[in-house]
Amino acid sequence: MTATSARPGRTTAPARAARRPRPAGGAPPGEPRRVAYLYILPAFAIYAAFLLFPIGRAVQLSLYDWDGLSLGRWAGLSNYADLLADERLRAAFGHAAVLLVFYAVLPLAVGLALAAVLNHAKVRGLGFFRTVIFLPQVIAMVVVAVAWRRVYAPDGSLNDLLRAVGLDGLARGWLGDYAFALPAVGVVGTWFESGLVTVLLLAGMSRVPQQLYEAARLEGASAVREFFAITLPAVRGEIAVALTLTMIAALRTFDLVYVTTRGGPGDSTTVPSFEVYRRAFENGQVGSAAAIGVTLTAIIFVVSFAVNRLTDRATAP
Amino acid sequence: MPVTIRPRPAAALAAGLLVLAATACAPGSSAPAAAPTPVPTTSVRTDPAALGDVTLTVWDQEVRGGQDAQMKKLNAAFMAKYPNIKIKRVSRSFDDLKTTLKLALSGNEPPDVVEANNGRSDMGAFVKAGQLLPLNAYAAAYKWADRYPESVRRYSSYTPDGKIFGEGNLYGLPQVGEVVGVFYNAAKLKKLGIEPPATWAEFEAALDKAKQGGEVPLQLGNLDKWPAIHVFGTVQGRSVAPDAIRTLAFGRQGGSWGTPENTHAAEQLVSWVDKGYFNKDFNGQGYDPAWQDFGKGKGVFLIAGTWLLADLSKALGGDLGFMLPPPSHAGAPPVATGGTGLPFAVTAKSPNPDAAAAYIDFITGTEAMKTLTETGNLPVADTALQTVKKGAQKDVFTAFGTAAKADGLVPYLDYATPTMYDTLGAALQDLLAKKTTPAQFLERVQKDYQDFAQGNG
Repeated sequence: MTATSARPGRTTAPARAARRPRPAGGAPPGEPRRVAYLYILPAFAIYAAFLLFPIGRAVQLSLYDWDGLSLGRWAGLSNYADLLADERLRAAFGHAAVLLVFYAVLPLAVGLALAAVLNHAKVRGLGFFRTVIFLPQVIAMVVVAVAWRRVYAPDGSLNDLLRAVGLDGLARGWLGDYAFALPAVGVVGTWFESGLVTVLLLAGMSRVPQQLYEAARLEGASAVREFFAITLPAVRGEIAVALTLTMIAALRTFDLVYVTTRGGPGDSTTVPSFEVYRRAFENGQVGSAAAIGVTLTAIIFVVSFAVNRLTDRATAP
Repeated sequence: MPVTIRPRPAAALAAGLLVLAATACAPGSSAPAAAPTPVPTTSVRTDPAALGDVTLTVWDQEVRGGQDAQMKKLNAAFMAKYPNIKIKRVSRSFDDLKTTLKLALSGNEPPDVVEANNGRSDMGAFVKAGQLLPLNAYAAAYKWADRYPESVRRYSSYTPDGKIFGEGNLYGLPQVGEVVGVFYNAAKLKKLGIEPPATWAEFEAALDKAKQGGEVPLQLGNLDKWPAIHVFGTVQGRSVAPDAIRTLAFGRQGGSWGTPENTHAAEQLVSWVDKGYFNKDFNGQGYDPAWQDFGKGKGVFLIAGTWLLADLSKALGGDLGFMLPPPSHAGAPPVATGGTGLPFAVTAKSPNPDAAAAYIDFITGTEAMKTLTETGNLPVADTALQTVKKGAQKDVFTAFGTAAKADGLVPYLDYATPTMYDTLGAALQDLLAKKTTPAQFLERVQKDYQDFAQGNG
């Protein structure tokens, strides 16, 4: 505390008053900035206790060789080195990359098309359609997974449908097929995320002033031209939000894989989050699991940062 | 404009996290030292009535119908007999128990009696961390060895350092048994003109005949990865000696997967795929739908564990039959994958080990085995003494009793290493889908086994 008392001038009222009238100075007008930290403190304390501390703890655990019970052994960065060397884990990150396409890219395409049509056509009963499209988001992922597992079963409804239209050759045990298991899981993600993206984009599109479209039409622009010239730039912000949400969902997929395939057949659908669970709770390799978790967190951080940076730059004139 | 040096919250945070990571104490340091708990040598007290007022906290996973019923009955009977002991029961599903037990045991006031899964990542890890009490002295006092054969006690035994599974101290006692055998649809066998096979060759002939009769010879749902482990274990038991399987399955040094016998087993399994003995798309079929299909009359045989008895009996009634996997030649001793339900163990920190052991003795005693039978469970001891109706239940009781008595139970192959469940499951999916050859399959499993067995010392 001696440090503060050694600088009495800073907190006394006259000194502060003397500082205030400096319009072009370094500090902006208003209360001294330090007070702001006090305002932030309550929220920060909660944030720190429930988020920052656990993250710090996870980073710490990732530097140990620990089975979750007995005394951990300092392992330095060897857990991270093992991650790089582990072929199976590299495959898991590869699968997550494939899921990115199904979770983020496809829903964005579907969402843009659907929202544009719904917005453009001024569909009657828009509220109803919006609800229907959004419905998958309301259902718990585990329930979604159980339902799709039945759809994909060898005698499930997808195969029934294929057989009904004479495509018997295509019918298969989708989740047990080495080529189709990962796309099959991905399609569930597309189905799940499309509604969210559509509703987000619809909200953005409804804010675009009608005059813009009228002007474009007077100039003789086609519907497609209108979409690219007016609609798409207008919803850039919403696209950023949608991409951030769906990409995070793709990278942290766990429940869907856990319920549908448990990473199989073979290792063809394992994902990083599933590996975290497997190592921490089944194999007793808590340190290694924490290392994967920390890596995944870092990747998610970089990806969302990049998405926001890109769209920020794009909105600037 | 003067350059202002703004504080960098992100950098400060990152630095803070790093400092925290580097200076915080090592994980697990609040746990007791990992020294193995010594076997109590002081005399144990076996008269619960003389122990004064005691409250025992018991964590079990007996949540389903008949399981829950037997636990309630036995707890009530115990408290009626010893009014000074109160049972506080906490019941959780298997998965919930598995994930919460670790935390509970590392606390300062763990439950007194816990139902711990036998495997290395559960009971083995608890033993290693010194969290379970060795029950050898109680086993001697209560004469458990008289009623529980060696092949059953093995599943709850570890060396004090938790490294060797299947020998050393006894850490728990199970209530129920289970064995993987062959369920069959008797009506279908009759229609096809097949007698229940008495040898493995007859079994393969029966599969062939069923195939030619237009039936699905063998139901399998392998989407969940693990079910094929039981099928492979059954095939393996015909060509590999039981002791060799035990060495591999308990993850001990000195075994090898790369033997001609194991190769033969893998090749035989693949030949079943080639001959179309399994239902189509078995890798994409769930375990539950598969046995449900069998219950609906699709499929002649099903290789599965006795835990399906109640459900399949309901579906097939008198048409359901069960047998141990037929031996390689007539008169050979029985060999079957099998084991016990989760054993009940006493925690090292329990203040009332005598009462806890008395409780375990009570719920695994001769009377308790009767209660287990009445509630539709398969008692692990005194199985032959129980009276049950003729039919599949009788088949199951006979099968387990025979295998346990003849020391013919071999452990689940995934007990071997903490990672074997996943390695073997994935490797079998690959093998059955013909993505790998039997040689590659064995190589992959051998690597998992060898890496662990060597490091385990």
